[in-house]
Amino acid sequence: MINPNKKRLRRTMMFLSAQKPGLIKDPYIYKPDSIMLDLEDAVAENQKDVARFSLFHALRTIDYRGCERVVRINGLDTPYWKEDIRCSVAGGCDAIRIPKTECASDVMLVEREVEHAEMEFDRPQGSVLIMAAIESARGVIKALDICEASGRLFGIALSGGDYTKDLQTHITGTGIELMGARQNMVIAARAAEVQCFDTVYTDLNNMEGYRQDVENIHLMGFDGKSIINPRQINIVHEIFTPSQKDIIFAEKVVKEIEDKKAKGIGVFTVDDKMIDIAFYDGAKRTIKLAKASGVYKGDL
Amino acid sequence: MINAVGRDIPEEILELTGKEVFHGNHYYDGYVYKKDGPNTKCVINSIGSKLVTSIKEALEKCEIRDGMTLGFHHHFREGDYIVNMVMEEVHRMGIKDITICASSLGKAHDPIVPYIEDGTITNIQSSGVRGKIGEAISNGKLKGLAIMRSHGGRVRAIESGEIRIDIAFIGTPTCDEYGNCRGIGGKSNCGVLSYAMVDGDHADKVVAITDCLVPFPNFPAHISMTKVDYVVKVDEIGNSEKIATGAAKPTTDMRKLMMAEYCTQFIINSPYFKDGFSYQTGVGGASIASTISLAKIMKERNVRMRFGVGGLTKPMCDLLINNQVDALLDTQDFDLSAVESVKNLRHFRISVGEYADPFNKGAVVNKLDFVILAALEVDVHFNCNVVVGSNGMITGAQGGHPDTAAGAKCTIVIAPLLQGRIPAICTDVTTVTTPGESVDVVITDYGIAINPRRQDLIEAMKDAELPFKTIEELRNIAYSIAGEPDKVQFGKRIVGIIESRDGTIMDVVRQIKPFKFAEE
Repeated sequence: MINPNKKRLRRTMMFLSAQKPGLIKDPYIYKPDSIMLDLEDAVAENQKDVARFSLFHALRTIDYRGCERVVRINGLDTPYWKEDIRCSVAGGCDAIRIPKTECASDVMLVEREVEHAEMEFDRPQGSVLIMAAIESARGVIKALDICEASGRLFGIALSGGDYTKDLQTHITGTGIELMGARQNMVIAARAAEVQCFDTVYTDLNNMEGYRQDVENIHLMGFDGKSIINPRQINIVHEIFTPSQKDIIFAEKVVKEIEDKKAKGIGVFTVDDKMIDIAFYDGAKRTIKLAKASGVYKGDL
Repeated sequence: MINAVGRDIPEEILELTGKEVFHGNHYYDGYVYKKDGPNTKCVINSIGSKLVTSIKEALEKCEIRDGMTLGFHHHFREGDYIVNMVMEEVHRMGIKDITICASSLGKAHDPIVPYIEDGTITNIQSSGVRGKIGEAISNGKLKGLAIMRSHGGRVRAIESGEIRIDIAFIGTPTCDEYGNCRGIGGKSNCGVLSYAMVDGDHADKVVAITDCLVPFPNFPAHISMTKVDYVVKVDEIGNSEKIATGAAKPTTDMRKLMMAEYCTQFIINSPYFKDGFSYQTGVGGASIASTISLAKIMKERNVRMRFGVGGLTKPMCDLLINNQVDALLDTQDFDLSAVESVKNLRHFRISVGEYADPFNKGAVVNKLDFVILAALEVDVHFNCNVVVGSNGMITGAQGGHPDTAAGAKCTIVIAPLLQGRIPAICTDVTTVTTPGESVDVVITDYGIAINPRRQDLIEAMKDAELPFKTIEELRNIAYSIAGEPDKVQFGKRIVGIIESRDGTIMDVVRQIKPFKFAEE
């Protein structure tokens, strides 16, 4: 059975250190679509078990009010990742994020552990989803394989910091260094019909640069962005949520195509724009996104 | 006897103070009384100087004796040296049983606690207290009863003769030898002397203390020589770094920004947001952020503010610089931008009497459309507590909270749903300091509650896209997260009263006692 949450709305995924009670107690008030409770880089090496303990109790006791709860586990080359998965699944997380994914077998390895944990802790099979973070040149090249490695995998995410190091360049703020990876990943994700998420933007004081970055990745076809501060949420939601103008146009397109189809007309104009059946899916997608974002007031 | 906010005020306290219980905000509207005046010692000679060599000499000339009441202001905030300097001298002279009547006291005054313990100080009347004085009072160390009164309430108490100040000490940034005081200039520049003006008008003896003596005449005087008996020059009256600092960096805390945004949206959707509206806000992160985002919308919509009032900060003064407000009415300056702004011709200094006294012929607060306030606790009756911490310890000040809340047409209180692990929205506040009838809207990070007394505002907001909830819903969310806290356990002894702005009793504060678990 396909997990109904596999294709849910994920415009924003907010990173939070699982070790910081002040951060994980109520991030839902800022209304990110997903939160990512981090056991990996944000947690010091000698604090891994403390963070896991705090994560487990947060997942068990806090009502995250519809926010998806993703846990970033430690790398598959560390001694922590299996226990991270057990603890997350036992706590009731919605998804596991695999860091530094290089190939399909990484995903399959995690899938197996997740399956075991679901059995061990009496959770329905398939209830825990997986996403893969791609952080290297090899990972980018293997993106399609990674996307197709597991039915549980809902998407892939670019991790720009590590990726640019691997590429022997650095984050410039212009996005030029990320161009190839972004294009390749979003194409792979679309081909495999999974979602694709962009990397974080770390300069919290440059909100204009951030807005530009979000506009770019929106046009490139990404489904959402990883974020590091609640101040970054509204801009993503604003850009990724269809405007009322877009929604009204999409409504007209859907209604007109259905109406004209019945009358045997294939091509016609809406608001002076040529429309044919090729526009149907796009318009439907706009309506669906508007509904998921809670801004649709129509009757379609 | 149960008062209008449901608090039981013991008969012994009513007898001891001769006060009534709180009957509601407008109980004294139209009341007629004769104002109290000071005993005045005439100066007809031409000696030409009121300078004395030390605080000790000033005290001697003022004939300090046991049981007197001394007045102080708090324009130097946490940088104030005056209270400590004077009380140290009073203590050294062996004087006992002093009542301090200050516009406010803070952590800067921790050093006077030993004088409370040894009986030099036996009564404290203040807007509030923080730090060790608060702890001393809550622990029952003050012999008499602490009286917490609002800024307007202090002026009322003095003008009505309820309290007579025997000697007022006015720390003044500049002064001449004949006693003309100004809040500007010198090294302890605080901009205005609004809180001290009532002391100048009504105290029997007035001592100006400065660290910057200037040639006569120090004009225009904020407090005139006609009211000052003696002038003392000391090395330092305050720590300028703690009096007025550079403007606080606007907050980047998303929780505060979110509450500020709710506040701005509420204001612009309310019927009072129109050309010529009036506005007051405080120094909290959310309040300052609200002013900044409101200024943006005022510009977009071409809406002008008629006046802003109260303690001022940079974002308020920017409204004047950007020509978005006609006038600022200033009672206190919280940063250097506000101090600097005082020289603007449309930036007016006002006395705290003009600002908030309920017992004059009409105060500025009565003309307010919006006031944005904070609170330690708000209960489901919309009563606020800004003085007593949720642990029962006195730790805050009423300031102008009850005055502005009572006066403004739309009183907005911003508080996060949880203060640490303590629900700020609760069933009953620990202590009532501002009555629910004054509070129209509570804005939290989890939603906004409008007081059901304000059906007009509820109606006006029905199309606004804001997260409205009932106050009970907010309380329930807070309790569902943090649990319902056990009540603070107080001892029997009443250590202080919360005086309403009209002098009636809003609530009492009891001595704290160590918490005992039920199963013990």
